[in-house]
Amino acid sequence: MRKPFVETLENAAEQNPDIFLITGDLGFGVLEPFARRFPRQFLNAGIAEQSMTALAAGLAREGRVVFTYSIANFSALRPLEFVRNDICGHQANVKIVGLGGGFSYGALGFSHHATEDLAVMSALPGMTVIAPGDDYEARELTRLLAAHSGPAYLRLDCPSAPACARTEVALGRASQLRDGRDVTLVATGAILSECWTASELLSDRGIECRVLSMHTLAPIDRAAIRGAAEQTGGIITVEEHSSKGGLGTAAAEVIADEDLRPQSFLRLGIRNPAECVSGCQDFLRRRHGLDSASIAGRVENLLRTTGRARERAL
Amino acid sequence: MSAGVLPAVGADREIAVFAREIRRRALRMTSRARSSHIGSAFSCADILAVLYGGLLRVRPQEPGWSGRDRFILSKGHAASALYAALSRRGFFPSEALEAYSGDGSIFCGHASSAVPGVDWSTGSLGHGLPVACGMALAAQLDHRDHRVVALLSDGELDEGSNWEAILFAGHHRLDRLTVIVDCNGLQSLAATEETLRLEPLAAKWQGFGWWVAECDGHDHASLRSVLETARHQSGKPSCILARTVKGRGVDFMENSVLWHYRSAQGAELDSAMTQLE
Repeated sequence: MRKPFVETLENAAEQNPDIFLITGDLGFGVLEPFARRFPRQFLNAGIAEQSMTALAAGLAREGRVVFTYSIANFSALRPLEFVRNDICGHQANVKIVGLGGGFSYGALGFSHHATEDLAVMSALPGMTVIAPGDDYEARELTRLLAAHSGPAYLRLDCPSAPACARTEVALGRASQLRDGRDVTLVATGAILSECWTASELLSDRGIECRVLSMHTLAPIDRAAIRGAAEQTGGIITVEEHSSKGGLGTAAAEVIADEDLRPQSFLRLGIRNPAECVSGCQDFLRRRHGLDSASIAGRVENLLRTTGRARERAL
Repeated sequence: MSAGVLPAVGADREIAVFAREIRRRALRMTSRARSSHIGSAFSCADILAVLYGGLLRVRPQEPGWSGRDRFILSKGHAASALYAALSRRGFFPSEALEAYSGDGSIFCGHASSAVPGVDWSTGSLGHGLPVACGMALAAQLDHRDHRVVALLSDGELDEGSNWEAILFAGHHRLDRLTVIVDCNGLQSLAATEETLRLEPLAAKWQGFGWWVAECDGHDHASLRSVLETARHQSGKPSCILARTVKGRGVDFMENSVLWHYRSAQGAELDSAMTQLE
């Protein structure tokens, strides 16, 4: 999703000279065209994420729309208190770009696995948290963020996820990719493609899923969660992220806050992010039960269980 | 930038009165609120008096004026002194200070940008300088001639983020940026030199590409002179190591870490007020 992001940001930078991109010394082979075209709107802050984050806030105070760019743990977690105090505390117009959502950098090891970024960023005051489901959404959401005011976190997965969304994209509104009544699969980030494939596998077995891309995790689309609870046979959240504090937690909060009664509710995520295992993204997704076949299997089990429960209740 | 753009600087006597008023107001505020950090406030009272007594270009009736000099109190725990300076400068009436640290007050114990004239909220150390770098970079890119001034404590230089920013400002030749380090030699538990040795501090800043000057941080004429010289540096950020005494102005508070925490009450308050007359 890096290229769609940078290409879209180039368009935005052309129209708005206040757009400013700061990298923490990353982006080889990706950022050069932007840097060449807009030398006055580009900066390499060096491998110094605390300083990068604070100076982004200072630039934003002077009218710039600043994007900071690094691998997710380096742009979001390393300077966390700077994000909190200088960006959120001042509602500064800074968009933090976190590369490599989930196991995008699987083989590089735990330091590069972005498995808590969404939880941590979602907890911050006034932070809009975005995880596009595919390149199309990455383009649309980058365009929208460039015109958005206030703090935001943009999680980009790489390598590019296969495009499966072609609906209109709006900040804060889940995109519905297909409709079905048996169950709703809600995804955030590029794991959307696994959910899409799972929904096709399930359709072949007679189970029709609603598939939602919850690309805006904060503020979450409460109406979409309500609709899934009321109109379909249950909600299954899927995220390439710790099962603590991300999409599943946010959906559970909506369910609790609004006293919703979904017929079933299941949160799929990473249960043990600290496991020090190397592997490609597909391998690690399978290992954590986040591949399309595993997701489809969990849906079937869930429907079987809730179906039996309903039969018993009758 | 020429000297001609500088505002008229108050006479030394006026600055002395200004500094005394900062100390008296800050003392009343921290005593009333039973809050900490009066020693830190006194340490930088003279620096703030010189800045807000005329050196900084600000418009009290228009705090957000785009042409203003930006000022960040990175040692945000000395907020009482900053609020006192801003009230004395006319940003708001001194009666407003009575709300300091009170329930529902915008006058938080650490500097809050909700207060008119406060450019940036601080409180966590190591933030002010990198934020100031961003502001100074914007001024440089836009060819604007306002200055960005950040006041740091010496103990605060333990924070690694400062050294990231010191490297950054030197590399980018942010000559609109001036840092003043309030070098009182004490930090939370002990002397700076006992905690993490900073000296030779001037050489460190120079090595990062900064113009550096040292002065007595309680000598108004000296502070003013060195700040004016800093203002005219071209191609380098400037750093002023202001040698100060923590708790300066009240004999029993001077050079003591106790007054990083204690607030003056009763006889102590009376004695301190008498010394500040």
